[in-house]
Amino acid sequence: MTTAYDVAAVREDFPILDTTVRGKPLVFLDTAASAQKPRAVIEAISEFYETHYANIHRGVYQLSADATQRYEGSRDTVQQFIGATDRREVVFVRNATEAINLVAHTWAEKNLQAGDEVLITALEHHANIVPWQMLGQRKGIRLRVAPVNERGEVVLEEFEKLLNDRTRLVAVAQVSNALGTILPLESMIELAHKRGARVLVDGAQAIPHMPVDVGQMDCDFYVFSGHKLLGPSGIGVLYGKLSLLEAMPPFLGGGDMIESVSFEKSTYAPPPARFEAGTPDIAGAVGLDAAIQYLQGVGIERVALWEHELLEYATAKLSEIDGLRIIGTAAEKSAVLSFVLEGVHAHDVGTALDQAGVAVRVGHHCAQPVMEIFGVPATVRASFALYNTRNEVDQLAAALRETLEIFR
Amino acid sequence: MDELRDLYQATILDHNKKPRNFRAIEGADRKAEGHNPLCGDQLTLYLTMDAEGRVSDVGFQGSGCAISTASASLMTDLIKGQTVAEIEKQFGRFHDLVTSPVDQPVDLAEMGKLAVFSGVREYPMRVKCATLAWHTLREAMANTGGTAKTE
Repeated sequence: MTTAYDVAAVREDFPILDTTVRGKPLVFLDTAASAQKPRAVIEAISEFYETHYANIHRGVYQLSADATQRYEGSRDTVQQFIGATDRREVVFVRNATEAINLVAHTWAEKNLQAGDEVLITALEHHANIVPWQMLGQRKGIRLRVAPVNERGEVVLEEFEKLLNDRTRLVAVAQVSNALGTILPLESMIELAHKRGARVLVDGAQAIPHMPVDVGQMDCDFYVFSGHKLLGPSGIGVLYGKLSLLEAMPPFLGGGDMIESVSFEKSTYAPPPARFEAGTPDIAGAVGLDAAIQYLQGVGIERVALWEHELLEYATAKLSEIDGLRIIGTAAEKSAVLSFVLEGVHAHDVGTALDQAGVAVRVGHHCAQPVMEIFGVPATVRASFALYNTRNEVDQLAAALRETLEIFR
Repeated sequence: MDELRDLYQATILDHNKKPRNFRAIEGADRKAEGHNPLCGDQLTLYLTMDAEGRVSDVGFQGSGCAISTASASLMTDLIKGQTVAEIEKQFGRFHDLVTSPVDQPVDLAEMGKLAVFSGVREYPMRVKCATLAWHTLREAMANTGGTAKTE
């Protein structure tokens, strides 16, 4: 299948793709770790610093009002992009990790009791494991883990069996960063809600690659990082249903999150300000706004189609290589290919590919439990984005063959 | 691919495929674990010292990349019969070899067999792979029962 997707034009928008690595043109296949930035984002940030920068929510002067408008305008863009019904449901944080920790320290701290359970899946990123373990240690909460099958898919029946009356929260990724598996969220959320559990979705790996509508999904919390969404690092988003956010205690205390302060007592601002203590990453929000608008300009559905095409092509190409085993073969996958080369350690593969200008991630991808399930210490992970090409997949395949030659 | 062969010299590839002293030593005086959390490299080092304070036997087991496996293999071959002081000196030279700036000349003749790791300094991310076995050895010599970590 071909689409009328103009990848050459898209590549023109990303200045870094013109650079060379070790004398070779850069083949960037590590978007799952962090995405490269389009010129529109880079320029929006410098333009903001050069002509509009001031602190927000404070000054009565024009510049501060202007900066505030841009920061809050980014909130509107995010709201519309993820399908939130109210702009107050969008809280700016540093990244998905901080968003999860925020929920663990506020909503979960308040609502969960000793003996309650948090249910995650075996595919989770460390960011969606460790905060719940820490909560468990603080409050005596049990962490339960829904297993995956040999293809790296969540087994719905097993997931359902683990849901019980003590399950207060289901915290799951929309897409596995290590394997690319797309989780069956619709069924999982429905099952969880039936048992009265709330659902937090870690969308860090999903939102740059597929249309997301939190309203339709009916999740209670949704988190993501700006840097994986073509935006700058240092800005991320927590979406929460307004009724939940309104009933949550603050996370960090400081300026901007208060209504009034005296030495005896402070009262807190309503959401989202309640959760945005201190001067935030203002330029980061401006950059995120530009990133979302850029992605919408290209068209997220078209991006998803293109990436799927690349995934299918790469899967076929790499499957032809003797001694290469793909880890994670779910029926529903995002454009992530994890694999191992027989007899060659992932780190040696990573260095060999780097020599050919091909940037991939090697290691456990912050998902050590996933590696354990598949009995490998590490994998090589190639991940594809809107700016990657079939030719780059060919270069990856060729470099892998050369690597095998050297190590055999 | 020539640059790659500078890093992965034939000796390294050979020691990776057929690591020397790749065995546990029953009743070893000292044992230490080494772990590189970034890569997942893991090794256990077994060490026996004689009455004169020289290494009488050494072995290792574990899993890791070619650089870390070959480094452990070559190191265990090299240190047999050496004293702690001699090993420390050797480690110092090896450490300098893999961490020195790329443009700084090194005396490869002085390095002996370890000279094959001269390409590592061009890959700062791989220095920890090359030094894991040595850190673990030092842990074993100190005999604290701890784990050598590269992070």
